[in-house]
Amino acid sequence: MLRVDALSKTYATGDKALDSVSFTVEAGQVVGLIGPSGAGKSTLIRCVNRLVEPTSGSVHLNNQAITGLSRKQLGEMRRRIGMIFQEYALVERLTVMENVLSGRLGYVSFWRSFLRKFPAEDVQQAYALLDRVGLIQHANKRADALSGGQRQRVGIARALEQNPELLLVDEPTASLDPKTSRSIMRLIVGICQERNLPAIINIHDVVLARQFTQRLIGLQDGKVVFDGLPSELDDSVLTRIYGEEDWTAIEGDRAEDAESAEDESVA
Amino acid sequence: MSTDNTSATPKEWQHRTSKQRLIIWVCWLALVALTVYCWQVMTESTIWAFVADAPRQAADLGARMMPPKWSYINVLWVPLWHTLNIATLGTLIGVALAVPVAFLAARNTTPSRAIVRPIALFIIVSSRSINSLIWALLLVSIIGPGILAGIVAIGLRSIGFVAKLLYEAIEETDITQIEAITATGASRAQVVNYGILPQILPALYGISVFRWDINIRESTILGLVGAGGIGLQLQASLNVLAWPQVTLIFIVILATVVVSEWVSAKVRHAII
Repeated sequence: MLRVDALSKTYATGDKALDSVSFTVEAGQVVGLIGPSGAGKSTLIRCVNRLVEPTSGSVHLNNQAITGLSRKQLGEMRRRIGMIFQEYALVERLTVMENVLSGRLGYVSFWRSFLRKFPAEDVQQAYALLDRVGLIQHANKRADALSGGQRQRVGIARALEQNPELLLVDEPTASLDPKTSRSIMRLIVGICQERNLPAIINIHDVVLARQFTQRLIGLQDGKVVFDGLPSELDDSVLTRIYGEEDWTAIEGDRAEDAESAEDESVA
Repeated sequence: MSTDNTSATPKEWQHRTSKQRLIIWVCWLALVALTVYCWQVMTESTIWAFVADAPRQAADLGARMMPPKWSYINVLWVPLWHTLNIATLGTLIGVALAVPVAFLAARNTTPSRAIVRPIALFIIVSSRSINSLIWALLLVSIIGPGILAGIVAIGLRSIGFVAKLLYEAIEETDITQIEAITATGASRAQVVNYGILPQILPALYGISVFRWDINIRESTILGLVGAGGIGLQLQASLNVLAWPQVTLIFIVILATVVVSEWVSAKVRHAII
């Protein structure tokens, strides 16, 4: 379970990116974080594992504080938090296998990692994960030889190689086509359910967010302006998060979503 | 929409403001004035009779240099081998010392911007500002004449060059790849190893081979100050006015440089 309390972040430039944000995410719950560009979605996700240092407030993972940890303790904490990035953030010139195994860096000594002598069970797990994301035959290819969708699957495998207790996902589909986006979202959500993982998914595509997440948090100018079920996301809420606009196209999708959800429940 | 913008649409558009144009014009004028002045300084101390004589002198020297004394090549093999060793070992020393300096100098990896970075930058500047011939001159008087002085001179000169280009490469690395490795809970050394090193390795190889190529050229003249290699032979031949030997040395140096440049181009092509 992730608990965020009164989290604020003011950058050195004076920009207030987060303003007293609070919420909790239960195990197995996939939360979509939506909001306009610059609302603080990326900052919020990065404050959780302190890639960005929050100014005030606290973050707890399974009742253990992340804020206030020393450098060494933070390293140990980060091992427990998997992160999936926009534009994949793979180390392009390393192989797929090295990228996945880098998820174990927090657990092995420098020399072992330098010599690429990872424990056998780490390697076995990496192969199993590559098999799960459908890339086992690409294990020894360089990451930059893969397509966008494949790279994001490697990114997912890297995060899972950590055996995380929480997934932070930053715009996982920002540079993917609609079909690949959906298969990547399905994979992430499926894995969270398999492993009972809490996840925060930062996403700008409202339709996609509504289709795949169980709960949505709307950020606007660093504040939480909506926290509820995807089905509750109507005209007035969208306007509250993003501002005045004609939302009929998205509304249309919502009706279809509701129908298909019914179909699925019937089937 | 402010009404000001719509009502006051400019009639014409100019690339530069009149102030910018004035500055550019003044700069050009200053450049022309400087050129004229320098020309005067140069011609003041020139003895024109010698210049007029130049073609004849050149032809005379050329005649004495021809044909090259091919048999002299047997004396050159060992100094040539020494020259290659000076360049190669010097480059290795230079690169080995430059890598840590580069990490200390790069803004994103330096442990302290206030203290360590300026020191690293100072090392880079002092290494770069002193020519290898001068390094060799100093080192010959410190550690005595010979190949070792040449190797150390080349090494010291290379630190600055390699470290400067490498720290720029480190600063240009993709932050998200480093962020991703940091997010796994990796230690600092592991972040460097997994996040930064793969990104700068092509640059490091390219820079090293490029510097080796330059060092071959530089090490051919180090012998002039007693630091070993083919330059020693060059100086000896010049001292006794053995022009056909000098010609052969020039040919050998040229051939070596051409080969090293070809090798360096091939290697860089293979890496990138």
